[in-house]
Amino acid sequence: MKKVALSLIMTALLAACASTPVPTTPADTSGSTSSNTSTSQSTTNPSTVDLTQGQTKTFTELTDPNNILSSRRVYFDFDSFIVRPDFHELVQAHAKYLNTHKDAKIILQGHTDERGTAEYNLALGQKRADSVRKMLNVLGVPDNQIETVSFGEERPLEAGDSDAVRERNRRAEIVYNGEATQ
Amino acid sequence: MLWRKLFKLLAASLLLSSVAHADMTIDVVGVGASQYPIAIAPFQNENQQKQALTPVINDDLTRSGLFKVIGAGDLSPVPFSPEQINYTTALAKGAQTMAIGRVTPDAGGFKVQFWLIDLASKKPLISWERNATAGQMRRVAHQIADLIYQQITGQSGAFNSRIAYVLKQGARFELQVSDADGFGSQAILVSKQPVMSPKWSPDGSKLAYVSFEDQKPVVYVHELASGRRWRAAGFKGSNYAPAWSPNGRELAVVLTQSGSSQIYLVNTDGSDLRQLSRGGEINTEPAFSPDGRFIYFTSDRGGSPQIYRMNSNGSNTERVSFQGSYNSSAKLSPDGKNLTFITRDGGYRVAIMDLSTRQVQTLTDSSSDDSPSFAPNGQMILYESKIGGRGVLAAVSSDGRVKQRLRAQAGDVRQPAWGPILR
Repeated sequence: MKKVALSLIMTALLAACASTPVPTTPADTSGSTSSNTSTSQSTTNPSTVDLTQGQTKTFTELTDPNNILSSRRVYFDFDSFIVRPDFHELVQAHAKYLNTHKDAKIILQGHTDERGTAEYNLALGQKRADSVRKMLNVLGVPDNQIETVSFGEERPLEAGDSDAVRERNRRAEIVYNGEATQ
Repeated sequence: MLWRKLFKLLAASLLLSSVAHADMTIDVVGVGASQYPIAIAPFQNENQQKQALTPVINDDLTRSGLFKVIGAGDLSPVPFSPEQINYTTALAKGAQTMAIGRVTPDAGGFKVQFWLIDLASKKPLISWERNATAGQMRRVAHQIADLIYQQITGQSGAFNSRIAYVLKQGARFELQVSDADGFGSQAILVSKQPVMSPKWSPDGSKLAYVSFEDQKPVVYVHELASGRRWRAAGFKGSNYAPAWSPNGRELAVVLTQSGSSQIYLVNTDGSDLRQLSRGGEINTEPAFSPDGRFIYFTSDRGGSPQIYRMNSNGSNTERVSFQGSYNSSAKLSPDGKNLTFITRDGGYRVAIMDLSTRQVQTLTDSSSDDSPSFAPNGQMILYESKIGGRGVLAAVSSDGRVKQRLRAQAGDVRQPAWGPILR
């Protein structure tokens, strides 16, 4: 805790000393440009240095909260296995990433709400994961970059049986290989 | 007179307190179509044992809903052999049969002797004995209850058997095995990730189950005596819904590696994978008929989850369920004549189908039942129910008349499976 407080003070002092707030990167590991003065698009997405986390923390595009790629959940309507139009942009963004990073692999985890039998819900969750996979296939991502698995009703985001809770449990999650999971 | 009344009360409360030490307590509602009145006299010297036998026999028979047990306190002096029975008194109390016995030290352990006497004819219907250690007394009591049950009802008993289930407490999952009456629970597996679908091998020596320890469903086989476990199916994608073939050498499993949920056969060591079902998007929850000829399963090929049947080589699929828009989780009775399954009929409820007439009866009226399985004598169906959002185990007789609820001390109890009779 002491270490964190000290670095907070240090970075606050540094920021205070600067005449204009230019983001400095004392421990930058991403290697990509952090300039934001030009208006032209850079070819790679800039990484963000987030000073609010106590220690300087560098995000990649997959975990940058400002990047759609950090969104990993596709929600589904009741009894439905179709990717809704409001999630197309998200799936397209992940397809683009996977197509430009051929070494990247994902696991699609399918989930259901708690209604029905647990074993059958494993199959329904699988269907949700597979529907995201099929959309990625159409967008050019091959199966060797994707594994689809199901958790059925076994790993709800929230406990409870109200319609609002059920809505939040019916989902597919995108997890990139190498990321920590629950 | 007052002292005798007090003594009876004390005796009765001692009986109750032996039940309260169970890891799960069992409540019973409802009785069978007929109830056989039986007197059970305490066995001689049984109170010197850590575990007396007649309270266990009493609980077993009472729980079945088929017996009206006439209390020990009403038969004094207590008889310990057929010649000591006062037939007039016993008959006057309303009993038709009487169970008596004794426990005597013998060759490094004990000898248990038991008689079941027909009171009208005064003839012993059963005369039985066995040797046992002190630690085997519960097991012996269940065996005696099974002998009584078989003799009087004509059906095999199932008291001397075990159940498996998953206990969830917070973020901790335990696969447990206990006696069918909830006593003696042991954790077989403890995990931070979900465990599902425990299924007993036909000889009761192993459990197959689904574990999420690798962040996806994988089918394991687990040898109970040694604790040895191995992956029976861990292919790309999901691996789930194991079901033992009647000869115990193969498992039907569901794999998604082909792009949809399909049923496969695999040897229990994980070798020789063969695909059985094709087509549709979901084919799951396989269950063998006891003669091994058929596999019943759930499929969505007709547009909603329904129960189908195919030959165990995958040929000739026929639809079996036609009532309602959701039928799943089918299991066969040990004699192959009935099917239990979950139907959506107001709520998700336990149902039974007579396979010769195809008549269906819904047996429960709850909202979220799951995981039905028959007792090894086919008389009761064990299943998971939800009370106040919490998973509990329950049982219902195959005619719907007798209902039991098993309550664990804490946590969610789920996915039960009834194992075979112990030898």
